[in-house]
Amino acid sequence: MKDALGEVQSVLVLGGTSDIALATVRKVVGRRGARVVLAARNPQACEIAAAELRALGASEVHCVPFDATDFGTHEIFVRSTFDRFGDFDLVLVAFGVLGDQSRAEHDRAAALDIVQTNFTGTVSVTVPLVNRLRKQGHGTLVLLSSVAGERVRRANFVYGSSKAGIDGYYQGLAASLASSGVHVMIVRPGFVHTKMTAGMKAAPLSVTADEVADAVVRGIARGRDVVWVPPAMRYVMMILRHVPTVIFRRLPIS
Amino acid sequence: MADLENRDSGAAQARLLSGWGRTSPTLATVHLPEDLEHIVSRVTAPSTRGVIARGLGRSYGDAAQNAGGDVVSLRNLDSVLAVDVDKGTVTVESGVSLDRLLRTLLPLGWFPMVIPGTSHVTVGGAIASDIHGKFRHGSFANYVDRMRVVTPAGGARMLVPDADANAFWATSGGMGLTGVITEATLQLQPVETSRIVCDTERTTDVDDCMARMLDGDHDYRYSVAWIDCLATGGRLGRAVLTRGNHATLDDLPTNDRSAARAYEPRALIGSPPWVPNRLVNVLSVRAFNEMWFRKAPRTRQRHVEGIKPFFFPLDQVRDWNRIYGSRGFVQYQFVVPFGEEQVIRRALEQFSAARIPTFLAVLKRFEHDSRSMIGFPMPGWTLALDIPTAPGIAELLDRLDELVVAAGGRVYLTKDARLRPELLQAMYPRLDDWRATRATLDPGNLMRSDMDRRLDLSGVRQQRA
Repeated sequence: MKDALGEVQSVLVLGGTSDIALATVRKVVGRRGARVVLAARNPQACEIAAAELRALGASEVHCVPFDATDFGTHEIFVRSTFDRFGDFDLVLVAFGVLGDQSRAEHDRAAALDIVQTNFTGTVSVTVPLVNRLRKQGHGTLVLLSSVAGERVRRANFVYGSSKAGIDGYYQGLAASLASSGVHVMIVRPGFVHTKMTAGMKAAPLSVTADEVADAVVRGIARGRDVVWVPPAMRYVMMILRHVPTVIFRRLPIS
Repeated sequence: MADLENRDSGAAQARLLSGWGRTSPTLATVHLPEDLEHIVSRVTAPSTRGVIARGLGRSYGDAAQNAGGDVVSLRNLDSVLAVDVDKGTVTVESGVSLDRLLRTLLPLGWFPMVIPGTSHVTVGGAIASDIHGKFRHGSFANYVDRMRVVTPAGGARMLVPDADANAFWATSGGMGLTGVITEATLQLQPVETSRIVCDTERTTDVDDCMARMLDGDHDYRYSVAWIDCLATGGRLGRAVLTRGNHATLDDLPTNDRSAARAYEPRALIGSPPWVPNRLVNVLSVRAFNEMWFRKAPRTRQRHVEGIKPFFFPLDQVRDWNRIYGSRGFVQYQFVVPFGEEQVIRRALEQFSAARIPTFLAVLKRFEHDSRSMIGFPMPGWTLALDIPTAPGIAELLDRLDELVVAAGGRVYLTKDARLRPELLQAMYPRLDDWRATRATLDPGNLMRSDMDRRLDLSGVRQQRA
């Protein structure tokens, strides 16, 4: 159970190789010897992280296969994971792809891959996940969203629109779970230095995965609905949302 | 958060429940049984996520909630069944509150042996927590002659302390995990009046306070010190020490004697429904504590107080737990054996240094061991304080736990919402006995609570691993 001060005892990560998710789990495993399940398309890729989490004090760490775009397996994935490992205090939905924007603009398959992973795949696994969380009557469900969905830009609109879609889905989901004992938190980081963004030019207000993790852990303890990282992003995006299109298109960020 | 307000008979309702600290709410199906039969059927065949009893929800943490499972509310079992004036006992259904008990007993000239710091707890909860109050010679369960408990294994059965020693002392203080207490017979003490004659004095620091308690406590039935946790340096742990005895008729002014056993408990003010999360901060609490300390007389002898201001000062503000805002608060209460006074001092130093806005902490002394297998009291000093949830608190309390364990002390489960499970065994040396007895009463592990899930009190998780 999550305790009164936000310490968790069990964590499920969907997207078990995500830099942000792993940075978050590293911060929470040690204090209450948490049980961790890392789910990834290639579970072998989680083994190094798993060993590290064990060294940090996790009581047990398991790596299990999960493919975000293999929708037909999601129902059984959720059932078998909960049946095997029991309740989860914290579920991090952290998988996603950035994709190749310029290719996705012309290549249908490339565009669909981004949308099917980030949006359809997330919805597909969230439905059975939420059914299960409702039954256990407690738990925190965290979505790693992005500021990219807040106002979609020319530079990455395929990725941005997929994040806009899933962010909206989770906003409604959070409302629907209001008195279910399940807490939904949406995390909207700006530019994060991770392997997903390696080699890209950092945007202003960029942060590290570790900084995002700190914000996530604080948000869980405080029961926040939305977490912006860095916090100033909230105000930046508040303004950007309302900038007229003619000006927005001319901004250097687009 | 939402508590049980309605009294619909037998209706089951999905409700979010949390403890008095208003942290970690979870959803459960709440049942309001009207009779023993309903309870037996609930306890012997609950949902797959088990069942736990709930009284008035005054445990601070997650002891009386059961995420995704069943909760049996004893609100409707609130009858005082019999008062035996020859033996000085009362038999009640377990959902009877101490408030109701006092209203019934005081006019008859009887009083419970042990009274906690609020009248809004049920008799069932008082037994399951083996509460102690300001009385240092024994805790609540010591004065229970018998109780009826519904266990998953045995259905309804009557337990007495000696013949059923294991089941009795596993159930008292057992946090509801052996079954549901439905009825109890309590020993009483005769009183001439509903007042307390008390002496109040201010102490310069915590050492002075403890010295005065050791020196003079034997003259009083009840004793408590309120400590200002924000005082620093030479005033660290300055306190207001209040001690008293039941007043006799002769103690009352002549005018009051005609209504000597009157009991007028009512909340004076309510807390507003919504409070900003930072109302309780270092400045506001420092001001409050200063006022509290200054308003107390340097010494005042033999003043007569009502039951309510003496025992239940906080009951005068309805829903006072709301002043901490929506994030809630935790209460930290520990006991350390005599000779380990430095732990009390170090705890106060740490709270003071961390500038944690804690209203008055309560310091008391126990002279006995709880007979309950996982009961809290042991001979020594106990300190209790409310702490708003804030960053850094988790680490601070984890560090204090280490000091407490090293001193051979323990943390009070009824107040707990955040202990590290690994420390249970060291704090409660009879934990294995309790687990063994519990397993005979509930072999299928049907009694479940969020506290059990969090701390693995029952040891079910450990077995499985």
